[in-house]
Amino acid sequence: MPGPAATDVTALLAARARWRPLELVFWVVALASVFLLPDKHLILAEIAILALFALSIDLLLGYAGIVSLGHAAFFGAGAYIAGLLGKHGVQEPLFGLVAAAAGAAVLGFASSFLVLRGSDLTRLMVTLGVALVLYEFANKAAFTGGADGLQGVVIGPVLGLFEFDITGHVAYAYSLTVLFVLFLLARRIVYSPFGLSLQAVKGNPLRARAIGVPVSRRLVAIYTLAAAYAGIAGALLAQTQQFVSLDVLAFHRSADGLLVLILGGAGYLYGGIVGAVIFKLMQDWLSALTPQYWQFWIGLVLVLIVVIGRDRMANWSHLVRDIVRPTRKAPVAAPAEQERGP
Amino acid sequence: MLTILFDGIAYGMLLFVLACGLAVTLGLMNFVNLAHGAFAMAGGYVTVVLVNRMGVPFFAALPIAFVASALLGLILERMLYVHVYAKSHLDQVLFTIGLVFMSIAAVDYVMGSQQQFIQLPDMLRGQIEVLGVGIGKYRLLIIVVCGLLTLALQSILTRTRFGSRLRASVDDPRVARGMGINVSAVFALTFAFGSGLAGLGGALGAEILGLDPTFPLKFMIYFLIVVTVGGTSSITGPFLAALLLGIGDVAGKYYVPEYGAFVIYTIMIAVLIWRPQGLFARASAR
Repeated sequence: MPGPAATDVTALLAARARWRPLELVFWVVALASVFLLPDKHLILAEIAILALFALSIDLLLGYAGIVSLGHAAFFGAGAYIAGLLGKHGVQEPLFGLVAAAAGAAVLGFASSFLVLRGSDLTRLMVTLGVALVLYEFANKAAFTGGADGLQGVVIGPVLGLFEFDITGHVAYAYSLTVLFVLFLLARRIVYSPFGLSLQAVKGNPLRARAIGVPVSRRLVAIYTLAAAYAGIAGALLAQTQQFVSLDVLAFHRSADGLLVLILGGAGYLYGGIVGAVIFKLMQDWLSALTPQYWQFWIGLVLVLIVVIGRDRMANWSHLVRDIVRPTRKAPVAAPAEQERGP
Repeated sequence: MLTILFDGIAYGMLLFVLACGLAVTLGLMNFVNLAHGAFAMAGGYVTVVLVNRMGVPFFAALPIAFVASALLGLILERMLYVHVYAKSHLDQVLFTIGLVFMSIAAVDYVMGSQQQFIQLPDMLRGQIEVLGVGIGKYRLLIIVVCGLLTLALQSILTRTRFGSRLRASVDDPRVARGMGINVSAVFALTFAFGSGLAGLGGALGAEILGLDPTFPLKFMIYFLIVVTVGGTSSITGPFLAALLLGIGDVAGKYYVPEYGAFVIYTIMIAVLIWRPQGLFARASAR
């Protein structure tokens, strides 16, 4: 028998999980882009993949408060799994996605126990270390093609019907569909009691533990899930490009993912997608201006975001967020001192 | 065998001089500075420009590299870093990654992306034989300079008034402030000094580590390893960690080159799991 508190929570969750009009508009626009922007599909597919990657970081950072510098590890693992499958005759892309998700999830599950220990800095180091170990591994191992990248990846038509083409139409429709399905799943998860308990852990792990949230199990679960999401994003990249390079594991990919998420605003699921659109357009524009040095401007954006203050910058994203989710209270300041414990 | 040990020690000493500023930054303000390598790179490039283009003698260029990086550190600290100290680790990481990206692109723009070599004076080239062991003169110089620096640092830290202020601020900034120590001035000075040391390390290390615009990113992980494995509560911790890392890395590259840096990263993860506070940290510093 659910008590009154449980009913309240159910009502709260139901209210939060309701679809807002703006969300519908957002996805309708996304769907429309498939038909209305046929010559932009190549970059749109990249945006969808980047958005999925940022979404997986959002699950970690925005909902569980874990700062990771090595999320590319799972992206890269997924990419290599999908690429290797394609190279060795398993050409159904959907199967590749599932395999990449499973592989990345196993990796995430295994490394989540490393991440549980220690303070923020140790976490940064361990996540970074895991990504570097994978990078070195992919660099040295024979079957990954090393620095030359994985060549000869052949991906069959999706469901046996839609062949990947050079214009990127199928690639975009495919990536967008996967993004949408996974987004729905993520939305379901973060508005569930499980998602609520994650936010409690992010807010204050000590108090969360005191009210009976199994903190470690929650963190392991979300880390594994985020790893699987990143793996799928990597697999999408490998399948749509039909090529995997060492670049999928590189440090700058993790950093870019963080930047994308911060640009869009963390903690409301759409942040990653909005950020991916901004980031790709910015990258496109900047690299057209200064092909070699666009990294400088990306760095400048990062510095400015922090110096001006993410809160102030994020005001506009709060605006969107409030329309999307009106029941949300004022954001609670992140606890700064909790990591100082012995 | 002994040559490898010797090279490893030289490499480790170099890493220590490069990273010890970072140890203090992390320990004192709990600030994650991923851009520490940018100061080292600055020192390296200052030396390259001075020695190769202006014909300044190598030994005269070293102190200039130190001063230039220290000034750069001081300016950036006062202008930018002070705003970020109180923010979350995520903000610090984003901010310093941003600085790294900017420094890489800026150096690429000014100096080009190719690797830079410093023209060493003739007396530093070649090897000498001591007891049948071949010893590179340049590596010997590094060991001597870095060893002296380490001794000097240790005595500054333990013998002088500034050192005791610094240690007090590291141990408990709030109480230190309450005792009348100007913690932010101590920090600015230390930051500048640490950046200067990094610059000196970058100048000395250009020959061994290689110097190109991606330097801050390539060696970021090494500096962080030294600091996290060594702990931030003393300078002997990072020193020992740097020596271990140097010897381990040189030996690993010599004996099992097919694994590359694999060994180092794996050991780092293992150590961090085993002792999250660092291998040589005091039981509970804070």
